[in-house]
Amino acid sequence: MASNLEIGLMVFMLATFVGLEVIRKVSPLLHTPLMSLTNAISAISVVGAILIISNEEATTLSKVLGFIAITAAVTNIVSGFLITDRMLKMFKKREGKR
Amino acid sequence: MDSLVNYIYILSGALFILSLKWMNSPASARRGVFAGEAGMLLAIGGTLINHHQNWEWILAAFFIGTAVGVPIAYIMPMTAVPQRTAMSHACGALAAALVGTAEFYQRQPHADTELRGFVMVALVIETLLGFLTFTGSLMAMGKLQEILPSRPITYRNQNLINGVLFAIALGLGVRLVMVPTDTILFPIFAGLSLIFGVLLILPIGGADMPTVIALLNSYAGLSACAMGFALNNHLLVIAGALDGSSGLILSIIMCKAMNRSFTNVLFGAFGQLQVSAAKTEQRSYRSASAEEAAAVLEASSSVIIVPGYGLAVAQAQHKIRDLFDSLMKRGIDVKFAIHPVAGRMPGHMNVLLAEADIPYDRLIEMDDINGEFPQCDVALVIGANDVTNPAARTDKSSPIYGMPILDVDRARTVMVIKRSMSPGFAGIDNDLYYMDKTLMLFGDAKAFVSEIVKELPARVGA
Repeated sequence: MASNLEIGLMVFMLATFVGLEVIRKVSPLLHTPLMSLTNAISAISVVGAILIISNEEATTLSKVLGFIAITAAVTNIVSGFLITDRMLKMFKKREGKR
Repeated sequence: MDSLVNYIYILSGALFILSLKWMNSPASARRGVFAGEAGMLLAIGGTLINHHQNWEWILAAFFIGTAVGVPIAYIMPMTAVPQRTAMSHACGALAAALVGTAEFYQRQPHADTELRGFVMVALVIETLLGFLTFTGSLMAMGKLQEILPSRPITYRNQNLINGVLFAIALGLGVRLVMVPTDTILFPIFAGLSLIFGVLLILPIGGADMPTVIALLNSYAGLSACAMGFALNNHLLVIAGALDGSSGLILSIIMCKAMNRSFTNVLFGAFGQLQVSAAKTEQRSYRSASAEEAAAVLEASSSVIIVPGYGLAVAQAQHKIRDLFDSLMKRGIDVKFAIHPVAGRMPGHMNVLLAEADIPYDRLIEMDDINGEFPQCDVALVIGANDVTNPAARTDKSSPIYGMPILDVDRARTVMVIKRSMSPGFAGIDNDLYYMDKTLMLFGDAKAFVSEIVKELPARVGA
């Protein structure tokens, strides 16, 4: 039976290779929106923050830290996805109406 | 219920991968954003199924985060996107670091079972990377916003001091892994990580920002990834690894585009080179007025515009769109040559020009457009400098020798819009400006381009 660490490393290894392959194909045209998108996705740490704050043993310290962490992560999620979409909307192939 | 949540996480992970995959072309990219949003909603919703104690705290944080995030997304001008990106690296890293800190203290009562082995290693990596990326990104943001000087800040033995500091932080981290109950060490460890982040970015100059931002992006992702190990949550590992590899690839592309190595960017302090290059004597060059420039453009049949960071500073993208329209209407073929490190973050120029409604099939990457310069009548350089310097190809003593450049000097006529003859960021004189076929157009990019545009229609009527 594989330990948590071993499974975790396996997942990490596979995800890294998938990431490298997928990102390599992203057009340089879109590198800026790509970065704001991955930024929003890495705000997945909000899940960790929720787990901390909702723990039965959560101390005031963890609640406060978790609260700041969720706020920061949600700011990233909301602004990250919205600004990525705002940027992508501007990429038009032909003369659009102004 | 636990297994339901795990299935939701699997779906969410798949959506994140699809999201990045769909970024491969502008046609599917918006679908990619949608997939990412769906993945995130699933992840958050799935987590809340079992974990909604203290929900009032969670709800309040969501509310504030949204209230802050929405205006940022809609108000932020496109020229400020690098700053915003640096800021969100800071936010993401802070979140990871604080969760790591909270985990560390919360698990203290069960330290002997829950803070053992790799969990503690993961927590140390998470907080170290999180805190140093937090302050590092804030520094980068300050430099991009020009609250802080964007020139490198250096002092004697800088690399030695930074190295020693990092070694101490790392040593404390190792000590914490071995004796997790040594809680007194944790604040010192966190503090050193915060200081190290500041020191790491101090010596880095504005022109290196594309690489640094990409690198910080990678760190923020790896920090989230380490959190996944600490919490044994594979969705965090996947999302963190995707972000980490994205940042890594982008920083490798940026390094290659400057012909420099990681170590050179981080520890080289590029701006230091100016001393050796500042010995330039007076050389002669030709300058021209907007009227003359307009005449040259009108007589041409193909124009390649080379935009650089100066364009962003002058906010000239909309005026350039007017010029683009005006030339295209005359049947002149206009393209844009985009160097990978033009601007302050990867792809920065593309976003600015797309904002001005320039169709993206007119934005051509360096490798694809370099073959076209010899057949091009006019190359118009706006706010770019080092990426057009032919010394990178020919002069072995030049600090930028070997850097891939746009072959602007091969065009039939070269026009350069520039404020003055002062050397560029790297402090290197550009031979391009002294060539016989080069016309220097002195002035603010925005003002000068609009003057050229004004001259153009007047001639049609005449």
